[in-house]
Amino acid sequence: MRDLTLLMTAGGVLIFVIVAALFTIAIRSRQGAIGHRGGMRLVLWAGAIVPTVVLAALLIGTLPAMRPMKADDRALVVDVSGEQFWWRVGYRAADGGAFAAANEVRIPVGRTVDFRLSAGDVIHSFWIPGLAGKVDMIPGRTNRLVARATRAGRYRGQCAEFCGLSHALMAFDVVAMEPAAFDRWLTEQRRPPPTPATLVAQRGARMFADNGCGGCHAVAGTPATGRIGPDFSHIAGRATLGAGIMPMSTANLVRFIRNAPAVKPGARMPRYTHLAPADALAIARYLETLK
Amino acid sequence: MQTAYSPIWPAVLGRFTWHDLPFVRAWENPNASEIIGAGAASLVIIGFVITVALLTRYRRWGTLVEWVTSLDHKKIGIMYVAIALVMLSRAVVEAVLMRMQQAAAIGDPGFLSSDHFSQLFSTHGSIMVFFMAMPFLTGVINYVMPLQIGARDMAFPWANSVALSLTGGGAILMMVSLVVGRFSTGGWSGYPPYTGLAFSPDVGPDYWIWAVTLGSIGSTLGGINIACTIFKLRAPGMTYMRMPMFCWTSLCTSILMIFAMPPLTVATALLALDRYLGFHFFTNDLGGNMMNYANLFWLFGHPEVYILILPAFGIYSEVVSTFSSKELYGYVSLVLATMAIAVLSFTVWVHHFFTMGQSANINTVFGIATMTIGVPTGVKIYDWIWTMFRGEVRFSVPMLYSLAFMVTFVIGGFTGIILAIPPLDYVFHNTLFLVAHFHNMLIPGLLYGLLAGYTYWFPKAFGVRLNERWGRIAFACWVIGFYLAFMPLYVLGASGMARRTSEIFEPDFRPWLYVAGAGALVILCALASLVVQLVVSIRERDANRVFAGDPWDGRSLEWSTSSPPPEYNFAVIPHVDGRDPFYDGKRDNGHYRRHAHYDAISVPRNSVTSLSIGVAGLGAAFGLVWHMWWLAIIAVLGIVAALILRSFVRDTHRTIPAAEVAETEHRWHDALNAATPIGRDVEFTPRNQGLAETAA
Repeated sequence: MRDLTLLMTAGGVLIFVIVAALFTIAIRSRQGAIGHRGGMRLVLWAGAIVPTVVLAALLIGTLPAMRPMKADDRALVVDVSGEQFWWRVGYRAADGGAFAAANEVRIPVGRTVDFRLSAGDVIHSFWIPGLAGKVDMIPGRTNRLVARATRAGRYRGQCAEFCGLSHALMAFDVVAMEPAAFDRWLTEQRRPPPTPATLVAQRGARMFADNGCGGCHAVAGTPATGRIGPDFSHIAGRATLGAGIMPMSTANLVRFIRNAPAVKPGARMPRYTHLAPADALAIARYLETLK
Repeated sequence: MQTAYSPIWPAVLGRFTWHDLPFVRAWENPNASEIIGAGAASLVIIGFVITVALLTRYRRWGTLVEWVTSLDHKKIGIMYVAIALVMLSRAVVEAVLMRMQQAAAIGDPGFLSSDHFSQLFSTHGSIMVFFMAMPFLTGVINYVMPLQIGARDMAFPWANSVALSLTGGGAILMMVSLVVGRFSTGGWSGYPPYTGLAFSPDVGPDYWIWAVTLGSIGSTLGGINIACTIFKLRAPGMTYMRMPMFCWTSLCTSILMIFAMPPLTVATALLALDRYLGFHFFTNDLGGNMMNYANLFWLFGHPEVYILILPAFGIYSEVVSTFSSKELYGYVSLVLATMAIAVLSFTVWVHHFFTMGQSANINTVFGIATMTIGVPTGVKIYDWIWTMFRGEVRFSVPMLYSLAFMVTFVIGGFTGIILAIPPLDYVFHNTLFLVAHFHNMLIPGLLYGLLAGYTYWFPKAFGVRLNERWGRIAFACWVIGFYLAFMPLYVLGASGMARRTSEIFEPDFRPWLYVAGAGALVILCALASLVVQLVVSIRERDANRVFAGDPWDGRSLEWSTSSPPPEYNFAVIPHVDGRDPFYDGKRDNGHYRRHAHYDAISVPRNSVTSLSIGVAGLGAAFGLVWHMWWLAIIAVLGIVAALILRSFVRDTHRTIPAAEVAETEHRWHDALNAATPIGRDVEFTPRNQGLAETAA
């Protein structure tokens, strides 16, 4: 794709220079006749035939690239649904037990990944510039995007279809991992998170339950099974918070818990400004244990 | 938006609350965003008050009424352009605000709330397409085309006035949305389900729906009128292949309007049914499917691009030919290319949503169609180049715009081909690369063309040449501003910056965003220069009069009348026997002939009913937006009443007596005799009285 872009840019510049030269000659020339027949022939060749040939060549050259990448039998299927303004991620049971995640997609290097893309509310667009082109997420449809990472690392993704007030704040991370590390990660994800050990985290778990957080958010192995907001079962394992907009830190967690609409305009999570800072901090401490 | 406020007196004021006034919002929550909103609203109100005060002070209400009820195609054309220029100013200021926000919001929320930012890009797009470009080109066609084909008016003068008043109603509704309530945040394309009731319950999408609906009905009417005028009212001898190029492009545009505007009207009407009556055309549940909207919208949306750009191509053809003092080169190929573009434009709509998940085969077919449409456009560029070849190119302001267009448009063409290839589109779609591409097509392709036409025909419409120096300054600012503002966006898009983001997280984008911001400021200077040019030109009007009518050594029939032309255009309908009838005629000394006898001429009378339909349309739209049902019902009944009343009016025309025609013509001929013919070397000086030296 990169070669194609470079080739087209170079070709474009070349044609541009030729047209610009012709243009200058046309304005400058005071004599030197061009007969009607000769001129028409030039219009026909330069204006119609050559562009048609060039475009046809370009078309034939790019036809192979138009075929979408095929998902092979070993492909990892990942469901991603766009929500205002976060990403619901699901790994399927075929790989040994389904589990949910959010805002961070982990994939193994070298294996094709078959993204099944849908949307929960409005149209979003799933785009990982460093990995693949974008495909829109449309309510009521499931679109597919097949991609393969060849290098381990972190790729940033971004919603590419305006979806509401926090459209700009709807990013995510794709982490491509070596296959062995990825398998370890899968095993960890299928286990429920550890029960909180410290006193403050235990208090946070109670606050989490008392404030009804579980109505929207799920934590595996606890009574919290809400599906309206992101799944929290392993939230502490993610590098960013709020769909890729800020680093995962205690302070940011507290900020988000107490006043999500201020951080993400239009988000469905209500304000919890009535929570004492100490209580919000306890919840943040609890969330940090969910690895 | 989050908090519900109780409406005041819902039976009368619908869902209006105090909170819908930007002043109240700014008072309660005085941040930069709200204060800018309140400032914009104040500007609308102050502008309105000043206009009313000036009209009263100078006792010009009569003149205003005379104009807005006029059925004269020339006055209607001028009013269309006036609407377009006012709306252009607003939309450019919005663009500058957006560029400033993005330059300020790198790793920071910036000074605009994301809600305000979203409204800005929605109004900017909607205004530029529906209330700047459409009225501008309709106005220029309205003014120029009947003169070029030797007609006395449009085929349906009353419908012409209805179309104007509906478009004006839509434009006013856009301005009202600044003062009362808020606008949509769904972009100019208003994709549901986001613009549906579930996700945007506020008045914003309703403002968008009704403003666009008024504009699209006006444009459909306008299209029918333009096509019929060209089909039926050409002067004797003016065969299709003798029409000026601008008339050909107007014809193709009008046919596109007739077939492309209805899908838009249907799309907005279905969306309105979804929002008002709980239908489920585009919702997520009960069988709704938004893909139908995407298809309907772009079935309109792509031909729309050519509706916008073809008339500009026509203007460039006229300007290049006139200012090269040469016959337009490759006339037949230009006509064929225009027709080809018009037909092909209906076959490429899917390229606006390659990424929505249809199969690769479908995308490939539409990709090929899209590449095909680039070919006729290339033909045109070469025709213009050959028109200039060996000509005596005069670098007037319209010619400068045309030259800048040809160079810049080629760049946009290349990036268009890149976007036409589906796998590349998957990368560039919905990024700033796309934004740069369509501005690259529309600013040089359309806006430069319309500004060229404005400068070129201004002396025809008002009898006064525009100030050349300020015209050049404005031109320089438009071009420099364009390159500075949009070339960085190509880079940003290719580096992965999505469009419509109010906040940026990538610090590397900073320098490019700063350059683009500077470019936007230069464009603002361009706009200011246009205003200064107009003011200076009005002040110097007596020195720059071209009453004789032909300041540029023109070629087509509009230059064969006085400037401004009399209400009836032509005292005697000309007989045409070539492609450049006026140019050839004045060289054979056949034109400018005083006739011994003139006939009385019948012209359409002013009409109040056409204006009332626009006013009632605006009222109905406002009532529907705010759920003031009584207002909507009364207004719709008003439209029906106006239609019925009009059908009972028999006295639709008045007669200009032969004596009056003779007097007008003699006054013009006396001026012609008194004028000194000038060579092209002094055409930008006050010596230009509108009479061209024709001796070889």
